[in-house]
Amino acid sequence: MSEKKLNLTLKVWRQKNAKEAGNFITYKVTDISTDMSFLEMFDVLNEQLINKGEEPIAFDHDCREGICGMCSMYINGRAHGPAQGTTTCQLHMRKFKDGDTITVEPWRASSFPVIKDLVVDRSAFDHIISAGGFVSVNTGNAQDANNLPVPKNDADNAFAAAACIGCGACVAACKNSSAMLFVSAKVSQLALLPQGQIERETRVLNMVKTMDDEGFGSCTNTGACEAECPKEISVENIARLNREYLMANLK
Amino acid sequence: MTKLNSKIPAGELETKWTKYKSTVPLVNPANKRSIEIIVVGSGLAGASAAASLAELGYKVKCYCFQDSPRRAHSIAAQGGINAAKNYQNDGDSVYRLFYDTVKGGDYRAREGNVYRLAEVSANIIDQCVAQGVPFAREYGGYLSNRSFGGTQVQRTFYAAGQTGQQLLLGAYSALERQVGIGTVTMYSRHEMLDIVLIDGKARGIIARDLVTGKLERHFGHAVLLCTGGYGNVFYLSTNAMGSNVTAAWKAHRKGAFFGNPCFTQIHPTCIPVSGDHQSKLTLMSESLRNDGRIWVPKKKDDNRKPVDIPEEERDYYLERRYPAFGNLVPRDVASRAAKERCDAGYGVGTSKMAVYLDFTFNTMRYGRIEANKLGIQNPSEAEIKKLGKEVVKEKYGNLFEMYEKITGENPYETPMRIYPAVHYTMGGLWVDYELMTTVPGLYALGEANFSDHGANRLGASALMQGLADGYFVIPYTIGAYLSGDIRTKSIPTDHPAFVDAEKKVQEQLDKLMNIKGMKSVDHFHKKLGKIMWDKCGMGRNEKGLTEAISEIRALREEFWKDVRIPGTQNEMNLELEKAGRVADFIELGELMCMDALNRKESCGGHFREESQTEEGEAKRDDDKFSYVSAWEYKGIGSFEMHKEELVFDVVHPSQRSYK
Ligand SMILES: Cc1cc2nc3c(=O)[nH]c(=O)nc-3n(C[C@H](O)[C@H](O)[C@H](O)COP(=O)(O)OP(=O)(O)OC[C@H]3O[C@@H](n4cnc5c(N)ncnc54)[C@H](O)[C@@H]3O)c2cc1C
Ligand code: SF4
Ligand code: FES
Repeated sequence: MSEKKLNLTLKVWRQKNAKEAGNFITYKVTDISTDMSFLEMFDVLNEQLINKGEEPIAFDHDCREGICGMCSMYINGRAHGPAQGTTTCQLHMRKFKDGDTITVEPWRASSFPVIKDLVVDRSAFDHIISAGGFVSVNTGNAQDANNLPVPKNDADNAFAAAACIGCGACVAACKNSSAMLFVSAKVSQLALLPQGQIERETRVLNMVKTMDDEGFGSCTNTGACEAECPKEISVENIARLNREYLMANLK
Repeated sequence: MTKLNSKIPAGELETKWTKYKSTVPLVNPANKRSIEIIVVGSGLAGASAAASLAELGYKVKCYCFQDSPRRAHSIAAQGGINAAKNYQNDGDSVYRLFYDTVKGGDYRAREGNVYRLAEVSANIIDQCVAQGVPFAREYGGYLSNRSFGGTQVQRTFYAAGQTGQQLLLGAYSALERQVGIGTVTMYSRHEMLDIVLIDGKARGIIARDLVTGKLERHFGHAVLLCTGGYGNVFYLSTNAMGSNVTAAWKAHRKGAFFGNPCFTQIHPTCIPVSGDHQSKLTLMSESLRNDGRIWVPKKKDDNRKPVDIPEEERDYYLERRYPAFGNLVPRDVASRAAKERCDAGYGVGTSKMAVYLDFTFNTMRYGRIEANKLGIQNPSEAEIKKLGKEVVKEKYGNLFEMYEKITGENPYETPMRIYPAVHYTMGGLWVDYELMTTVPGLYALGEANFSDHGANRLGASALMQGLADGYFVIPYTIGAYLSGDIRTKSIPTDHPAFVDAEKKVQEQLDKLMNIKGMKSVDHFHKKLGKIMWDKCGMGRNEKGLTEAISEIRALREEFWKDVRIPGTQNEMNLELEKAGRVADFIELGELMCMDALNRKESCGGHFREESQTEEGEAKRDDDKFSYVSAWEYKGIGSFEMHKEELVFDVVHPSQRSYK
């Protein structure tokens, strides 16, 4: 792919900390290679700010490979930006045009309070997992792995659900700030596998309760979550979660 | 010179661990409840250790610098995890996994440790499957395997190209379960900045809350460092951006010896550097070498498109040089062979620093098999390709997508361009058989320790080692220490040792903030990376290493005079975090070069140009260098080396051959 250079205007949300109000600040960057990732473009901007003696923009990131789920920018009104099935760190500048103005905000959801600039607090997701997103098997309990064959189809579907990276884009994309896609992915993974059967009911009840307690909104089936999910987790999982929840409540 | 005691149990190799387990002192359940353990790190090693120790009844505190323990760098591991299950009936065994690992490591690892690793490997798979880790399966419902480099059996378990993710999410779920029960307290967005020693024993840590910037004191009867590897000393590596040596380095400065610091793994198949803006390099999993063939044009500066270069004008140099292992030679061998071709002028791509990894051959092979399965008579080329593509997609889909996102090229249609990149560090804190460092009560697990992989790690063995350490080794070995500690009450953190340690950390932060220099942290990190890559990378020699040492010293001086860190300490300050890490990397870089200079032989990933065979292979010198170098910190830029001689009772070191 041949490399091109871009000049861009960026409108970035700056917020000193959780208590103070934030606002957009406009920056210019020049000579941005189309081979760069979106975060590398931010590196260039930050280097520019540091050299001017200003504070760089705080943003979350770690793996830069689309797998850790840490990066979390809301770009031009879309969680993780314009590319389908792509995290912010895997978004490359060849998706943009010379002269573009790009607006960058943090995830917006009351359950994900802003910590600083583009960094938000997603610990609510950990709380949901600790309420039930596991199989209660202590180290050493396990039997031989091949004693329990799992139909390939179930294993594949469980894997597809387990691919969720816990980034929170689904919440940010949803007008109700619902966490249903995230929760349903974990519930589905374990409901599809024989290992998950024993705690099937308590799991879904506890996870949904914690989801509500953490202040996430309800699901009104708009499908925005699936559209923005970088791992393309299917809303079919939400249907499964609803069934699981109903069944568990009937017992 | 201190005598290093590796505490390898006496007796036959096969019975050492069993005997150890049945005789190690235990801590009774009531006492466990009043013992606190600090686990720094929540990757495979940390999460599995924290969960398993909490299940046993200990009170655990776990730390990570990311916003959630689920994001530890282990999440990025792609290809798979080894285990001696012999599910494929292809002749695998504990002994063979042990042997492959010792040989793959070029005979620079301890037999006792490696044998134990191979022994517990099977339990890891059982444990993970029980947690609901969705490994790849065959149509019959049983687990699927593939091969990795340096072996001739299929013993690698995998979950597409996301094995690390699935294993870590399994360990994370076990950890979160304990958090829910209240036996583990999790401290995310916390960075450990020092170890607290009381009467010579590790008794706690000083950590910085990365949101408020406040320093905190935490007590533990024992401290486990599960803080990962230090590949980012090279600036560009396949590691996550935050991966660092700080925790291990602070421990080193407090008395923990550093083992084999120069043993670095350069992975042969990574996406090449595309420009100065590059912030990290992306691995293309070794599992791709199962189905990809590596080649360069036979002609120099051949600018034709790869698909236009006919078969007979391609040099499949690995298959040519190493017919027995072909594309599946160990990483160090494959990396050097790629460098050799590129240095000789046969490289491809704009930079000419890349080789092709080509899937056409196997795509078509799979396509034909699928066509047969489906009973399609005389399938067309296009049909075969389509069917084959589906198979390849199922195996490596996410990797192919990643490649396309980064390079803008479609690897189903054109070969990948790849080049070696820094990937893993075999070196790390020196530990004994019990995983204890030279500081009593301070342990190191996972990539943070130096054990098990010798001078070169085989693919799919890091995940195995991290989980072995955390699930199946430390829960036993820690008893040997803590059983002597059941009368030690929790030490209040106003103890002078805590006060003093916090004060020192505070002074270091003040010092960094007050430099108010002109250059960014990244500026220094990039400079360090370049020195390390050029002079302590794939090829090393006396002249280069000597120069590197003085260049790094000069860089250290400059850093402490001229680094600029905007903002303040008492808030989230990502530049300050980076600055602390780079300061430690600079000190480590110097030690790595010293270690590389000292080791005049070539072995595994450590290639001293002065020591090679006529065919250009690494030449070991067992008479002089069959030891682990364990370095003691003696003040900035000053280190003393101790040797742990390696004894081979079972395997006989020979020149490695993959021909
Ligand atoms: C791209 C890639 C692919 C790989 N693929 C494979 C593979 O297929 N198979 C294989 O076997 N191996 C693979 N590896 C290697 C393997 O992933 C790692 O060696 C292994 O995951 C390391 O695990 P760990 O638990 O030791 O450390 P990590 O997972 O790195 O975890 C370190 C933890 O320590 C914490 N930490 C670090 N410093 C501090 C501090 N100062 N204070 C507080 N917390 C701290 C971090 O927050 C993190 O939680 C791969 C590596 C890479 C880079
Ligand atoms: S479901 Fe998708 S968007 Fe939501 S957390 Fe998981 S990966 Fe992110
Ligand atoms: S930085 Fe890890 S997913 Fe983007």
